Amino acid sequence: MLKLLWLIPALPLASSLLLILTQGRLPRAAVAALGVGSVGLAALIAFAIAAGFDMGTTYSQHLWQWFAIGSLQPGFSFYLDGLSLVMLLVVTGVGFLIHLYASAYMHPDPDYSRFFASMNLFLAAMLVLVLADNLLLLYLGWEGVGLCSYLLIGFWYQDPANGAAARKAFVITRVGDTAMAIGLFLLVREFGTLDIQQVLSAAPERWPDGSTLATACALLLLGGAVGKSAQLPLQNWLPDAMAGPTPVSALIHAATMVTAGVYLIARTHDLFLLAPAAQTLVAVVGVLTLLLAGYSALAQTDIKRILAYSTISQIGYMFLALGVGAWSAGIFHLVTHAFFKALLFLSAGSLILALHHQQDIRAMGGLYRRTPLLFGCFLVGSACLAALPLTSGFFSKEPILAQAWESSALLWLGALLGAGLTALYSFRLMFVVFFGPLQTPPQPLDMPPTIKARMPAVLLVLALLSLFGGALSLPLDGVLPATEAHPPMLVEAVGIGVPLLGVYLAYHFYLARPERLTQLLKFRGSRRLQILAQSGGGFDWLYDRFLRTPFIWLAKTNRDDAADLISRGTAGLSRYSHQLLAETQNGQLRWYASLMGLGLAFLIGMGVLT
Amino acid sequence: MLSWLITLLLGGGLLAAGLGRLHPQAARWVALAVLGLALLWLLPLLGRATGGPWQPGEGAWLLLEQHAWIPRFGIQLLLGLDGLSLLLLLLTLVLGLVAVAASWWEIEQQEGFYYANLLWSLAGVVGVFTALDLFLFFFFWEVMLIPMYFLIGIWGHEARHYAAIKFFIYTQASSLLMLVGILGLAFLHQQEQGSYSFSYFDLLGSGDRSPHGFWLMLGFFIAFVVKLPAFPLHTWLPDAHTQAPTAGSIILAGVLLKTGAYGLIRFLIPLFPDSLTSFGPIAMGLGVAGILYAAVVAFAQTDLKRLIAYTSISHMGFVLLGVYAWNSLALQGAVLQMLTHGLSSAALFMLAGALQQRLHTRELSRMGGLWRYAPRIGFIALFFAMASLGMPGLGNFVAEFLVLAGSFQVNLPMTLIAALGLITAAVYALIMIQKAFHGPAPSAPALVDFDRREVTAMAVMMLGLLWMGLYPQPLIDSLGPVLDQLQRTAAVSLETVHWSQR
Repeated sequence: MLKLLWLIPALPLASSLLLILTQGRLPRAAVAALGVGSVGLAALIAFAIAAGFDMGTTYSQHLWQWFAIGSLQPGFSFYLDGLSLVMLLVVTGVGFLIHLYASAYMHPDPDYSRFFASMNLFLAAMLVLVLADNLLLLYLGWEGVGLCSYLLIGFWYQDPANGAAARKAFVITRVGDTAMAIGLFLLVREFGTLDIQQVLSAAPERWPDGSTLATACALLLLGGAVGKSAQLPLQNWLPDAMAGPTPVSALIHAATMVTAGVYLIARTHDLFLLAPAAQTLVAVVGVLTLLLAGYSALAQTDIKRILAYSTISQIGYMFLALGVGAWSAGIFHLVTHAFFKALLFLSAGSLILALHHQQDIRAMGGLYRRTPLLFGCFLVGSACLAALPLTSGFFSKEPILAQAWESSALLWLGALLGAGLTALYSFRLMFVVFFGPLQTPPQPLDMPPTIKARMPAVLLVLALLSLFGGALSLPLDGVLPATEAHPPMLVEAVGIGVPLLGVYLAYHFYLARPERLTQLLKFRGSRRLQILAQSGGGFDWLYDRFLRTPFIWLAKTNRDDAADLISRGTAGLSRYSHQLLAETQNGQLRWYASLMGLGLAFLIGMGVLT
Repeated sequence: MLSWLITLLLGGGLLAAGLGRLHPQAARWVALAVLGLALLWLLPLLGRATGGPWQPGEGAWLLLEQHAWIPRFGIQLLLGLDGLSLLLLLLTLVLGLVAVAASWWEIEQQEGFYYANLLWSLAGVVGVFTALDLFLFFFFWEVMLIPMYFLIGIWGHEARHYAAIKFFIYTQASSLLMLVGILGLAFLHQQEQGSYSFSYFDLLGSGDRSPHGFWLMLGFFIAFVVKLPAFPLHTWLPDAHTQAPTAGSIILAGVLLKTGAYGLIRFLIPLFPDSLTSFGPIAMGLGVAGILYAAVVAFAQTDLKRLIAYTSISHMGFVLLGVYAWNSLALQGAVLQMLTHGLSSAALFMLAGALQQRLHTRELSRMGGLWRYAPRIGFIALFFAMASLGMPGLGNFVAEFLVLAGSFQVNLPMTLIAALGLITAAVYALIMIQKAFHGPAPSAPALVDFDRREVTAMAVMMLGLLWMGLYPQPLIDSLGPVLDQLQRTAAVSLETVHWSQR
């Protein structure tokens, strides 16, 4: 079974190529069969491999040599251990569910085939990223998912705003990717190889703890991770990325691609262990991001943007986990987050469809009777997101808080505050959308019933996974360093209590006594705080003002290329002197005679003086 | 034999001109046949270049050919072919075929003379890539220039005369500086050995011994970086590319620019190895400046062809950086960049030409939303835009990665600045796609999608880039011995110079 490992990325890739080559001429049913079937088959193989995999061992599969120059010999080679297996299952499993959902959601779209071509290509790239045994191949997957993210954010390309969001996502993540590439150059110089296991085993021998090079290397990789995972300071592309179709947001911008940074850090954790400063920075970035994003989510009115900020915030928890050494907990939270965030996004998608592409929560309300299934799904998802007891989100977030307590009270406080914010914004969403007076009545979908039924089916599966995913045990022993944290009872109790308080506050301000909120917002300065939250901390403004605008100004000013002055100047000079000399030939005898006289006088003067 | 290959192209040109007078359409068939024949002749050599493990110390030459020409001055017909030349010849001939395909319906006047110029220019390029006698090299350098001048000046667009003259003056003036350098080396040989020689093998490393070595080197350098082109001597290129007919742009960007890089690798550094240390940082600085400067200028262009022209300059900056880093990684990267950029820029120019032919404009502001009406053109443009921004899986990524990984080991600050080029490349490549293909669609576009002929030409280049991106090892294997030998040659003559100075 293990020998079939290569098929897992190859199947979606083949399907994508087929869809590209047929140029949209296949019937919808065939497109769906290819697009969803290939992923389903890949998922089946992945689960079969997992069933027979001897945990604690590793498996390598070498397909072909990419290139070999000296000791630098990256190959198309896959590496399977507990960590990549977990990622493999999440990517193919959740990926399959989202593809199945999308086959119904995108059914009316004229570009059905292009959609699945991009989605399948994305999945292939993501699987290469996860399975790569060397950092160059990982980088191939890394950039590949970025490309597909770009293609799918800008899927509805006729609206320039979507194109702008797509380019923003690509360019900002490219900034991080460039840092990562420089990290790879550094590793090539130091170790002559990019094989992950070789680098990880050679690094502790070469670099002492906390050495400059180890820190530089870890920081450069972190640069790549914050770009892809939308963490500070490169987080501001993700809310705009919601311009893509909702299944895309669920798959790429919630469940899989944006967690690639977490995977990268976990994969290269030995390097971060050598660089305590860099590892601490991971935790700090995580806490700051989860606070800022949680705060920003409070003031959003677009349902998808709320979820986007919540994704940024939850990945912040994963970074915090990695930073404080709760490696397995970070990955565990990645897994449960993939379940409940996919659930939330897909439920939001169904809601948006039912409300005729209405995304503003202020135009929603009172929907709990009209859409009971969606209400239930949202309730499960929000409870997981808020880490209410017994949900999967609780089981994965609790060890992060515990480890944060062990490592620093400040980090713990930040995470705790974030947990309160999470409960507040997620239940604000619940109460505003599903309770109160009915605003927009939902419409039945105009779609063949067999196709339409795929959406609730997927939601149910995801809801079950979200509820009971906390019972999973991940095969990460021996791959990631194990840590145990046993904070005092009181700390744990506070960790359980704060989210409940958040839920209560949401109930109080958005359902029971909304007038209190209006009063609160009348305070001086609270309007400013609201704008700050709405703009996600003003990073867009900052980058626009200090990077984008100057760049555009510079480019536009120099459109005609100042370097061309060399040739334009030479040409102008010769033309000018030509004119000057031509004017002396004016045909006037007086002028010629006087010039001759002057010349003669000059010559004689020269002769006399020398 | 190499001289036959050049004769074939020159003779094919004469034939095309002659037959073109009898029947206008005969010329393109002649060009197609001649280039196809030449390619068939070369292909078996690729097997030899890549096949078999290469033994260190073994000569890297696959073919060497020597005839007397002007013995009194030590000038010979000395031609040689190794892995480096071979790959560049293959690129030249493949792009020659692409250029013929692009011209097929575009050129409607004086077809005989047009295809003759195309073939003659390619003959000059083949000569440049194989000549090992410096006088002969200079001769071919001029041969490729003049037909290109005609291609731009006669069959170009609205401002073709300005562009052609600018192109001619830049390249001609700079190549005269190279002639001074060549003569200087020949005189030096006469002083040292008592006889003139223009032979590459006789002159290797001799430049460093000349008292005026720096100035001779600068003559070569200017000639090569004008062709490359490098900042700030690049400004002939946007005009020439924009005004040239599609095939002219393809040959210019795909092939002619590479002669500059080839000159640096084959001639300049082996003749003047000392310049690596004394002049290297300046050259690398010019390369890095070109990468970023041209990328910023490209972003602001409103003319599609001009935009692509500036991206060429940016990409050639990587080549300059890689050549002067002069280690295995960077050199492999630089040569791969020459090959991949050859394909990707040729394809982009062909796209721009096809759009211009269909829409009668090159202005991006008059495009937009074209994907809807021509998804094939859109997809192919997206593919090559991704190649241009260095998407892994395509050859350009491998090339740029190797250049930067190599130069990182030589010059850290330069590499860090050059790496910013990865970001700016994304900026200009994506804005190009946005302006031409995305956005709201025009109401009544008269846009026909690519036909089979165009798709075939594009598919060849796409497969080439995929091959170089996923399995470039055969290329690396055939370049390895050549680049090793060049590095050793430079190192040996550096040692002897330093030894004699002691």
